[in-house]
Amino acid sequence: MKKNIVLLDIKMGNVDSIIKAVEYNGYKCKLSNSRKDLEKSDIIILPGQGAFDSAMKNIRNLKIEQTLIEKSKDKTLFLGICLGMHLMADFGYENNKKTRGLGLINGEVKILPKKKIKIPHLGWNEVKFKKKDKILMDISNKKDFYFLHSYYFDLKYKKNLIATSNYGINFPSIIKDKNIYGVQFHPEKSLWAGVNLIKNFIELSEKN
Amino acid sequence: MKKIRIIPTILYDSNSAVKGKNFNSWRKIGSLKQIIKLYSLREVDELIFLDVAANSKKNLEYKIIDDFADDCFMPITAGGGIKTMKNIELLLKSGVDRVSINSAIYNNYNFVKEAINYFGSQCIVLSVDYKIINNKKKNVFINSGRHDTKIELNDYLKKIEDLQPGEVLINSIDRDGTMMGYDIETLKKIEKKFKFQIIASGGAKSEKDVYNLINQTSIKAVSCSSIFQFTEITPLKIKEFLLKKGYRLRN
Repeated sequence: MKKNIVLLDIKMGNVDSIIKAVEYNGYKCKLSNSRKDLEKSDIIILPGQGAFDSAMKNIRNLKIEQTLIEKSKDKTLFLGICLGMHLMADFGYENNKKTRGLGLINGEVKILPKKKIKIPHLGWNEVKFKKKDKILMDISNKKDFYFLHSYYFDLKYKKNLIATSNYGINFPSIIKDKNIYGVQFHPEKSLWAGVNLIKNFIELSEKN
Repeated sequence: MKKIRIIPTILYDSNSAVKGKNFNSWRKIGSLKQIIKLYSLREVDELIFLDVAANSKKNLEYKIIDDFADDCFMPITAGGGIKTMKNIELLLKSGVDRVSINSAIYNNYNFVKEAINYFGSQCIVLSVDYKIINNKKKNVFINSGRHDTKIELNDYLKKIEDLQPGEVLINSIDRDGTMMGYDIETLKKIEKKFKFQIIASGGAKSEKDVYNLINQTSIKAVSCSSIFQFTEITPLKIKEFLLKKGYRLRN
């Protein structure tokens, strides 16, 4: 089945690796931020690197915020990666100011508590499954994925939690609300388990 | 709890991987593409690529970087000759996750500050090369070890700490390529004095050297180069050794 996959171009960070991971699984994705492309898509990937406030500013300047929100309500599959996951929250507190997010999954983005740990959380860490989900197919529980972040998604509702990881505190590493998924780690940088997770995600659309 | 990261570092010039000793006499050790393939198959934790000839070139070779990034589904850091925000933007666009900045810390401190503010501390690795002078002073060198800044390592690191970097790669020029083991004494002092996270580099000969370092310090990331080129030791072998000693590694 041919799928219309759009990787949202918000002009930040390394998106090439996500494109390569999608292509490795036999699919194509288009790097775009045009409203037209977004409207036609079945799958939207929000990539992630950079700061919450500047990313939201870019999205608002591109005038695609409403399009993204509308698409999220019509069964379009979403995957937010790292910062892309954070943008799905109601609010973020990066750079000492409160910024409104897309509000696709209820929660707020906060800084990791610095007491016992060094920030950023950088490197490989275990992802512990809390709930069964098709996105986890053929991936073993407690598998290591690659993390690179200083902020985390503080979920409002536990029902949205799929997996957690620990760095100073337990934080959500995979979240979900219906057709909306967010991952705190970088699947495109997590070797074969990550490439597999991206495949599982894309193939979710076949079951709809 | 952090897992130990074993990071092969690949030095290159155009399409060849090279190897030096004490930052000198670069010699070709093989095709870049082949070496990357090998590491990719071995599923290493992470890779660092350093263009040893970048400072003498007009432009960074983004095309080469773009090509090799295609084969890496693991985190990669690239460095060598980075001087501008545009350099960083284009490297990230080529598929690199983090960039390593060295000489520019000395040449253009404000640029590094701006880069960390804009791209985030998680994206910029600051790299420092030092060498022991007259058996006691430790001076920082730039331009791939060719230029002595005459600044003492501790003073230099203080300036670096002010930038609040994510990670700092500390490389001993004296140990580089000699396989004499890490300069543990110096690294111990650095980690006591400074808050940043360290990637230790320069001198590993065996899995024991890596073990000695992480056993005697709180350092969780080590970069190795010669050990994987000139010995039978693979990243996996080091990991198996550390696992037996009770350390946590990627699974």
